[in-house]
Amino acid sequence: MFNIFQLAARNLFRYKRRTLLTSTLITLGVVSVLLFISISGSFKALMIGQITDSMLGHIQIHKKGYLASIDSLPLNRNLTGKQIDKVVQILAEEDGIEAYSMRIKLGAMFSNFIETTNIRLNAVTPTDEMKTAPLLADRILEGEKEDLIKPGEILIPELIAIGMKVKVGDGIVLVANNKDGSVNGQNFTVRGILEGISGPGGRDGMIHIDDAKSLLRINTVEVSEITIRLKDIDKLPAVFTSLQEKLGSMKNQQGMPVFEVHTWEKISPFFNIAKMIDLMTFFIKIMLVAIVLVSIMNVMIMAVYERINEIGTISAIGTLPNKIMGLFVLEGFLMGILGTTVGTVISLISIAIMNATQISFDFGRQTGLLLSPTIGATDVVLVMVIVIVIAVLASLQPAWKAARMDPITALKHV
Amino acid sequence: MSVVVAKQLVKTYVTGDIKVEAIRAVNFSVEPASFVSFIGPSGSGKTTLLNMIGCLDPPTAGQLQVVGQNITRLSRQDAARFRGEHIGFVFQDFNLIPVLTVFENVEYPLQMVQSWPREKRKTRVMEMLDAVGMADQTHKYPSQISGGQKQRVAVARALVTNAKLVLADEPTANLDKKTANMVINLMKQMRDEFKTTFIFSTHDPRIVDNVEITFALDDGTLQKLEKSAGGDHV
Ligand SMILES: Nc1ncnc2c1ncn2[C@@H]1O[C@H](COP(=O)(O)OP(=O)(O)O)[C@@H](O)[C@H]1O
Ligand SMILES: [Mg+2]
Repeated sequence: MFNIFQLAARNLFRYKRRTLLTSTLITLGVVSVLLFISISGSFKALMIGQITDSMLGHIQIHKKGYLASIDSLPLNRNLTGKQIDKVVQILAEEDGIEAYSMRIKLGAMFSNFIETTNIRLNAVTPTDEMKTAPLLADRILEGEKEDLIKPGEILIPELIAIGMKVKVGDGIVLVANNKDGSVNGQNFTVRGILEGISGPGGRDGMIHIDDAKSLLRINTVEVSEITIRLKDIDKLPAVFTSLQEKLGSMKNQQGMPVFEVHTWEKISPFFNIAKMIDLMTFFIKIMLVAIVLVSIMNVMIMAVYERINEIGTISAIGTLPNKIMGLFVLEGFLMGILGTTVGTVISLISIAIMNATQISFDFGRQTGLLLSPTIGATDVVLVMVIVIVIAVLASLQPAWKAARMDPITALKHV
Repeated sequence: MSVVVAKQLVKTYVTGDIKVEAIRAVNFSVEPASFVSFIGPSGSGKTTLLNMIGCLDPPTAGQLQVVGQNITRLSRQDAARFRGEHIGFVFQDFNLIPVLTVFENVEYPLQMVQSWPREKRKTRVMEMLDAVGMADQTHKYPSQISGGQKQRVAVARALVTNAKLVLADEPTANLDKKTANMVINLMKQMRDEFKTTFIFSTHDPRIVDNVEITFALDDGTLQKLEKSAGGDHV
């Protein structure tokens, strides 16, 4: 076995052109797969980051049934004092939670003293909100970003700013229905214009939570949603499962569940796009694997054809068919290893260079987004193993052909 | 005991409706350490006969015994094993492996056919290259040496495994007369030194002068030629 190995390695070294050609093809295949995985992964992570960090958070907790009726922003489905305490207590036990923010979501009439329109609002505690949605402040197109929001101020969505011709510093009035059916109004100063993003809550305005309470005449503790940011998004499934177990199982006196826990994936339509990216990655992987397969097979068939005379000779002088087969398969295997190793090294270096040079690009209104491609060890190992297996598979048929060749016919071949 | 015994040996090629009787019921035997040639014009059946003796092609009918073993019916695998153990080959086109050096070509059978340890291989290969006068060219590739030198290397490769029988099908056909004689003399010298039986074929009557036993092949039939004193039979 070792002898065949030595011979195969020597043959690769001596048939330099062929070896270079094949391993370059393999290298190209590996590099394109790995770079594609890492770059598309980076885009995906970036987009997910944009979605979660500028509004959605990673996990949201509501009172059971809230999301189903979120269009009407019902105040009677808010979480109340004891329920909030329970959630806070459970969140404190949970590792992996970076921050959370409690929001009151409400609908109101928005008036600039000339015209009136509807507005959807998130009322937040600015310190908590900024920790939970760190990119939120970046969505403020005009106005002060520092401290996000103070009592008496409002961040209005871009569309309303344009539609109602309202500028930063203008005074406006919000009028809202309270839970008991009465109506209350309150003056606000426009602090800034908030850029719209796609997805739930993406076109909402924002006020301070204390203002929401006075506007809605809420004098107890009450919130519509608790948005959670994790330290590491990769831990999402684990944290979600744990919260789901603890909160989802809680029942009220009527035996109905109290809470509902959702991940961003469940809430955002972008999750489907992310899934499509995964699917696309998968098909591109398959295509590249097919290309590698066909190229190696092609080169191996050529190699066998070119070396018919050599095969005839070694067969005539008594080399056993399985050794001839082993020789050719090993040559394919070694070329696979060579091409894959070089390809992996080139890919990793390229990824490192891309990270070092801080390639930035613009995406919609977002400018200066940094591409930071990464690749997991499992992906690398998986691609390497697949390509090497493919290299062996591709050389099986030609090797088998070589092994079965009749020495007389092979020797006659010129 | 004879190295080769052929009894009523027949080889018929059938391609479509055409039947070619390449060897027609020949009988002969070859004794150990003898130096034998089959001579005959092109198409007379030399290659066919040597291929059968060399276990590369099974006979259609008759009996064939080589180094005491009946090889009339052997599987591919057994035939390959038999060749690797007992028979050395020298080819008309030299058939050295182009990407291997002189040394590596001679070493090849010891590495891939028989599994000799590295050090023993080295000693043995150098011994054989020395015997054929190629010890100073070990690192050259086949493309860097002459035809005569290639055939010397081929002889070394055929002998390196201690084969009892070396078969050479027209080993001189691609060489000029002087080199051809040199190669024949080398093979004879090797026979003397290693007591290996040599069987070779040729269509050139001029080079069989110093061959001890000559069989004439004509259209698949065999006739043993008696050695003439002056060696001037033409
Ligand atoms: N594989 C084959 N199929 C059909 N006919 C063959 C085959 N090999 C050899 N022959 C025929 O057998 C005869 C002997 O051929 P061969 O042994 O090659 O002669 P030589 O080696 O003396 O030139 C020739 O007529 C040749 O055409
Ligand atoms: Mg011939």
